[in-house]
Amino acid sequence: MPASVSLQAYLVLAAVLFAIGLFGVVTRRTTIGILLGIELMLNSVNINLVAFARYHGDVAGLVFTVFTISITVAEVALGLALVILIFRVRRTAIADHLDLLRG
Amino acid sequence: MSLEPIAFAALAVVLIGSALAVVLTKNLFHSVLWLALTLTGTAGIFLTLDAEFIAAVQLLLYAGGVITIAVFAIVVTERLVGDRITQTSRQLWNGGIIAGAVLVGVLSFVLRAPQGPPRPPLAEDLTRAIGEAVLTRFVLPFELLALLFFAGLLGAIYFARPDD
Repeated sequence: MPASVSLQAYLVLAAVLFAIGLFGVVTRRTTIGILLGIELMLNSVNINLVAFARYHGDVAGLVFTVFTISITVAEVALGLALVILIFRVRRTAIADHLDLLRG
Repeated sequence: MSLEPIAFAALAVVLIGSALAVVLTKNLFHSVLWLALTLTGTAGIFLTLDAEFIAAVQLLLYAGGVITIAVFAIVVTERLVGDRITQTSRQLWNGGIIAGAVLVGVLSFVLRAPQGPPRPPLAEDLTRAIGEAVLTRFVLPFELLALLFFAGLLGAIYFARPDD
């Protein structure tokens, strides 16, 4: 085992997590399940940003991570508020049933 | 030999296992709890990268805030529907093909890229550096973030208004 973890190891881990999140977004049928998949994908991107910031000695990646975490939290809060609102109106949890705008 | 590779390997196993559980569990509530484990493990990954402040923010906002909101949403929607939400997954093959293609594409770039520089020694306190960068180099995005939160707050109040 090497003495320290290489940058590539972090990138591979983030790529695997991103693919798992994408799998969840594609396969889930409930709106909340899709949001959880998006969470996984955004989370893996944060790992990339922090790893690059640490290995290149630039603090910008860490600042971006703080920004993305904050924006993601706002996005999830409003996304789940929308989900609850859709529930109150349409009584459904399945994303495929939300076809009001289908021509 | 340092403990860091062992910690990284253990955290990677926990992360990948819990992330798979998030997308494969039938019970939506369990899915959220697995996501909590994934987000906490990510905070551990940040600790191995010497980013203590980011790990704290991750725990407070993600593992604290997002999980609470998600659990709240599930409880409210289940009460509205009257029975439990079981989520079935569809198009497992298509999802697997798409996710696998993206994974292979990204990994082919990552693994072919030249070996990056070794990790430089910690130059300064990263938390102090973040604070200084936010208020000097990134002050405009910081203010825009405040504007975004204001818009989000207004949107949340609009969504939550009582029926008239």
